[in-house]
Amino acid sequence: MPEIVYTQSEGEPVHVNLKDQYWAAFLAWLVPGAGHLYQGRYAKGLLFMVCILSTFLAGLGLGRGRCVYATDSTGKLNYYYIGQAGAGLAALPAVVQSIKTSGGEDPFFELCERFPPKYGIPEYRFHKIDRTQEGETEADIPRSTTLKDGLMAPPAGPINPDTPDTLAMWHRDYKHMFEMGVLYTFVAGLLNLLAIYDAFCGPAIVTEAQKEELENRKKKKKGLL
Amino acid sequence: MTPLATIILLAAIPRIWYSLPLIAVVSLCYGATRHEHLRDVAIHSFRTCIWVLGFMAVIFMLVVFSGYWI
Repeated sequence: MPEIVYTQSEGEPVHVNLKDQYWAAFLAWLVPGAGHLYQGRYAKGLLFMVCILSTFLAGLGLGRGRCVYATDSTGKLNYYYIGQAGAGLAALPAVVQSIKTSGGEDPFFELCERFPPKYGIPEYRFHKIDRTQEGETEADIPRSTTLKDGLMAPPAGPINPDTPDTLAMWHRDYKHMFEMGVLYTFVAGLLNLLAIYDAFCGPAIVTEAQKEELENRKKKKKGLL
Repeated sequence: MTPLATIILLAAIPRIWYSLPLIAVVSLCYGATRHEHLRDVAIHSFRTCIWVLGFMAVIFMLVVFSGYWI
């Protein structure tokens, strides 16, 4: 792709070398801002990288590492993940976790273990187990009977159909923080689409010619031309 | 007496703070797609920020006062 030159109404003309557009767009998806760095547009690359990745990570932190997951316990797609996947590599562990847990295995990077109500006080809450502090052994509560939360892992389904599932627990435990986490990560993914577009097509600068055309249209509407 | 809708809205104010980082980031990214130089990006994103905050403020006031009319 040849270099694009934008002629602005004020200041110097802007030169943008998009290099290989498709490769730049792929890099921009993979790591926000990487497409721009490849094109030599370092300032914008760093701006996109800092803005998008910090939003994504802040969201992941608000949702305690649980708000980005690719599928639910039944294997159905989590629709929020469509937007979150826009953040690229940062959101891909969710797919790995879904594949890992689809066969009933425990997720990678286990965050906590919960046991269903039948093992504890009869209320609608799965209690977290801290085996190191509470001294719960494998003989007391076997690991095969507990539900595990993992980083970006799907919420484990209910063992007993009459009790709420893990997703309900997350909403109850983390309150609005979980929803904010979903929102932040979702917005980060969508913002990366803008970055991908910018890496592929260049900035949507209003050139001198476009400005003139707009002014002519306005004048025509007013009947001056 | 303050209407219930207004009370609920005022109770949600602490959560509105979560929107500020989002507005800043969205404005910066949007500004970056319209300009190539950082100075222009900063000016554009500042304007976008003001627009979004102003729009939110107008909607907020409308909702607050609608509580009195309904």
